[in-house]
Amino acid sequence: MGQNRGAAIEFRDVSFVLPDGHVVLSHFDLDIRRGETLVLLGRSGSGKTTTLKLVNRLLAPTSGSVYVDGAVPAHGKDLLRLRRRIGYVIQEVGLFPHFTVEKNIGLVPAIEGWPQDRIRPRIQQMLQLVGLDSGLADRYPHQLSGGQRQRVGVARALAADPEILLMDEPFGALDPLTRDELQREFLSLQQRLCKTVLFVTHDLNEALRLGSRIALMEAGKLVTLLSPEEFLRSEDALVSAYVRAFGAGLDAAAQRRVQ
Amino acid sequence: MNLLHFLAENRMQVLELFLEHLWMVGASTLLAVIIGIPLGIMIAHWPAWNKPVLAGANIIQTIPSLALFGFLLPVPWLGDRAERLAILALALYALLPLIRNTYTGIRGVDPAVVEAARGMGLTERQLLFKVELPLASSVILSGLRIAVVISVGLATIAAAIGAGGLGELIFRGLAMVNNQLILAGAIPAAALALVADFGLGWLERRLRHR
Ligand SMILES: Nc1ncnc2c1ncn2[C@@H]1O[C@H](COP(=O)(O)OP(=O)(O)OP(=O)(O)O)[C@@H](O)[C@H]1O
Ligand SMILES: [Mg+2]
Repeated sequence: MGQNRGAAIEFRDVSFVLPDGHVVLSHFDLDIRRGETLVLLGRSGSGKTTTLKLVNRLLAPTSGSVYVDGAVPAHGKDLLRLRRRIGYVIQEVGLFPHFTVEKNIGLVPAIEGWPQDRIRPRIQQMLQLVGLDSGLADRYPHQLSGGQRQRVGVARALAADPEILLMDEPFGALDPLTRDELQREFLSLQQRLCKTVLFVTHDLNEALRLGSRIALMEAGKLVTLLSPEEFLRSEDALVSAYVRAFGAGLDAAAQRRVQ
Repeated sequence: MNLLHFLAENRMQVLELFLEHLWMVGASTLLAVIIGIPLGIMIAHWPAWNKPVLAGANIIQTIPSLALFGFLLPVPWLGDRAERLAILALALYALLPLIRNTYTGIRGVDPAVVEAARGMGLTERQLLFKVELPLASSVILSGLRIAVVISVGLATIAAAIGAGGLGELIFRGLAMVNNQLILAGAIPAAALALVADFGLGWLERRLRHR
């Protein structure tokens, strides 16, 4: 059993080591509270994606435990049930190229056995939620723009109404305007849905804007865990290096949020 | 001109041999599909089996067809009927393209798509039937197309062990130094190969995903 009743996800002294001995995560401790948006911030290769995959057990820790709702998922049916309760937006989007937008979004509800007359309206609702025209439902992923694809990825993750969302740079590789729009939508969405979100980014602005707390990672270690306000004021060498690196690039919206 | 005449006069016999040919190719392909596709799926998921299975299929491919027919002849049950034996031998030759293309097709599925599917909680079975096989289908079909085209040609040699088919006309023509007879066997066989190639190629393009 996990120790923290308020936590949706708990990492307890988790290490993940590759067979070749490369340490990807070491002695990682973290609680993600129910209903919060915890941002994992860190540079490329710091272990962010690995951390997400440990939550839905695409990877198993080499030592330590990851609790979801106080339990470590076993194998087989438990594992599948866990994954279907966790929405996963992967870094490369990974839409099914042979399915229409509609089938992509409706897949988890379908394998969960929802009746057709409940799936169809759900798909429409999801399209609307992520700001996509319902006319796109019959398109294939290759007929969409990059931004539209990322939105479908988010809609797909939300379709079966999961309690937990894992989002791996869901707005990466987008132009600043579309990115800004999607972040705004995410905030209003999160206000309504109150999911537990583990959000990965290497963009400080995004972290400051969306996160209730920011976990800064470096080379497989958790450096600090701070609120956005604390983050900007922190004296920690690595944190202030981060803030300095963004310097003038730190945008007004993020600044406003923390004031 | 004489050829058309010949075909017209012997159409019943040519048709019968053509159907025998079609049956040998069809039955052997079906057998190869039933064995080859599951093997391809297996080695795509258990890479340890990859080398031995592909090596085995490769070795079969290098045995000259007449020799393979000869090797199989003394096998009990199998050797009783030449046609039975020919079907098995043709199926063995068809294995390599089917196994290899099934393997390549599945390994070629975008890892991000597989990861998304796993992460969403698809069972391994759902992953295979809803994601991997549909996405590999055009590559698998192209293996099937190669197998069928090779089979149509190889099946003519089966006549040497008395399995019938269009090869019979060719062998008879060779023995009698009669070009017409040879062509009467070769042309329908070539036509069959072309039609199969075209038809399966069309299907393959339809199944290809962007
Ligand atoms: N399957 C794997 N095989 C080998 N090395 C791996 C594997 N997965 C991750 N790694 C290594 O583990 C480290 C962390 O990878 P991870 O994908 O978690 O980083 P990340 O923080 O998500 O980076 P990015 O921001 O670039 O996505 C990297 O050094 C990476 O090379
Ligand atoms: Mg990553």
